[in-house]
Amino acid sequence: MASIDIRDIHKSYGKIEVLHGVDLAIKDGEFIVLVGPSGCGKSTLLRMIAGLEEVTGGDILIAGNRINDLAPKDRDIAMVFQSYALYPHMSVAQNMSYSLRLRKTPREKVASAVSAAASKLGLDPFLERRPKALSGGQRQRVAMGRAIVRQPKAFLFDEPLSNLDARLREQMRAEIKKLHGELGATSIYVTHDQIEAMTLADRIVAMHGGVVQQVGSPLDLYDRPANLFVAGFIGSPGMNFIEARYQPGEGSPAARLADGTLVALPHAYALEPDTPVTLGIRPEHVVIGGEGREAAVELIEPTGFGTILHLALHGLPFKVFTTDRKVLNAGNAAAVSFPPQHLHLFDREGARVAAL
Amino acid sequence: MRARPLILTLAHRLAVLAYILFALFPLFWLLKVSLTPNDLLYSEGVRMWPSRVSFDHFRFVIAHSDFPLFFRNSLIVAGSTALVVTAVASLSGYALSRFAFRAKYWIVALMLLTQMFPLVMLVAPIFRLLSPLGLTNSLTGLVIVYSAFNVPFATFLMQSFFDGIPKDLEEAAKIDGATQFMAFRQIILPLTLPGIAATVGFVFTAAWSELLFALMLISGNDAATFPVGLLSFVSKFSVDFGQMMAAGVLALIPACIFFFLIQRYLVQGLTAGAVKG
Repeated sequence: MASIDIRDIHKSYGKIEVLHGVDLAIKDGEFIVLVGPSGCGKSTLLRMIAGLEEVTGGDILIAGNRINDLAPKDRDIAMVFQSYALYPHMSVAQNMSYSLRLRKTPREKVASAVSAAASKLGLDPFLERRPKALSGGQRQRVAMGRAIVRQPKAFLFDEPLSNLDARLREQMRAEIKKLHGELGATSIYVTHDQIEAMTLADRIVAMHGGVVQQVGSPLDLYDRPANLFVAGFIGSPGMNFIEARYQPGEGSPAARLADGTLVALPHAYALEPDTPVTLGIRPEHVVIGGEGREAAVELIEPTGFGTILHLALHGLPFKVFTTDRKVLNAGNAAAVSFPPQHLHLFDREGARVAAL
Repeated sequence: MRARPLILTLAHRLAVLAYILFALFPLFWLLKVSLTPNDLLYSEGVRMWPSRVSFDHFRFVIAHSDFPLFFRNSLIVAGSTALVVTAVASLSGYALSRFAFRAKYWIVALMLLTQMFPLVMLVAPIFRLLSPLGLTNSLTGLVIVYSAFNVPFATFLMQSFFDGIPKDLEEAAKIDGATQFMAFRQIILPLTLPGIAATVGFVFTAAWSELLFALMLISGNDAATFPVGLLSFVSKFSVDFGQMMAAGVLALIPACIFFFLIQRYLVQGLTAGAVKG
């Protein structure tokens, strides 16, 4: 187990720069999730740590040693691929023991490591099977088994659950979390699924356009998104944004919407009066009913646990999530109000505005 | 899937059958003539099967002609060529499939270019090249020439097989602790066996039946391969069809055995990538 330091990492393909200087200090035993939309550079960063992509600029350190120029095999890391990348011509046991056999580990040691990993993952009955005779979930487990038999310095996961169906994904997610609890291994996990990121991570690294947008605990990112990107990316359904202008008022700061009405803000902000801002509120924080703004209900999506209402507020799309099964139909009108403590304020550049 | 109308199935089967008959008829004729005794060859007219069958032609070809020598020469030449070409093509195909390197585009273009010349054009220059090296009239010379001509196509063939193997596999192997070459040998090569079988089969048959260079570079019987040998049944005044056909049937045997051995891989190989594994 080891810490991993990423210092000002750049990556270019020819003239196109895809990572614009990433800094990240990962503590020993920490579970880090790199999350972002496709093309944000998260997989590239992971592959650079693995040694599968060359580093254009900056340093990567594992346990304090610079490993930029080491071959993947000398980095002592294990990786779980999205495609599982199991060796089709080898049995499950051979797949899992390949790395140990390459290292000329004594036979008895290999056997005990494989059987320990297999029983941990419930793979005992399948050890002699070929990968093609396994189900998706079992293949996923073999890929994990291959990683854990080695007891490497760090685990890298490249969207390992993307090929599984929803139910299995949920189950494997919990298993990965449990496994991490037992092994305490430093892990870096890449996903585009923000639920996976929220549930698994000690810390989330949200990336967009080759730049780290925010690093923090899952609830940090949920409660205090650093910018519009993180605010919109974390949470499902995504946060609502409304263009407004800041009004300091006299002891009652507010935001003035396009139609001239005011939305009360929880604090005063260090902004000039009339500064254009973006107001953010999560669908689950909007209050339905009672006094409020009138919105037209356009679509209703019941999820069982709750209901997603698609509204038109002042002519703009607006989403509300509620666990209250009110009898609302498309075409009805609903009253919505915004509790001030749940409002987020972003400036023109999209950065979060701190309260005074 | 819905059951197809019977009439379509029938038409399909008939078409396949007609094609098979068309393709196999020359082989059948080869066999028929080789089994027809000389006295019946011209006297019976055109018949599908002679009234009397004899193995005299085979007996003569094996016991009294140079055919066993030709056969041995062909086996050496085709076998060595297949080995050399497959070894080179799997390495170069792998390089083309996996590595980005300078001048890759030009190397590919050059290899394609070599495939565009009619071979006849090259006979004279190649003779001039090989003769001072003492490689005319030698099996080694033939192996070199055949290898040179077969490597480009075999490389493209192997490249397409390597392209079909996910990159993840060797990346996983590298992370597991393998060097690039170990990943190639232990993970990629075993998975390319169908491709290798297809390449070996293709090159072997190409070299086995090559006539032009064998005829031009070899004089005399010592280093003649069997296609050249077949011509020895043609004399100035007559063609000994019976013996020639018997030799032809014998020459088919190794190719048949060979394809029988590799057909399992071949079917896999030619359909590789057709369905998601």
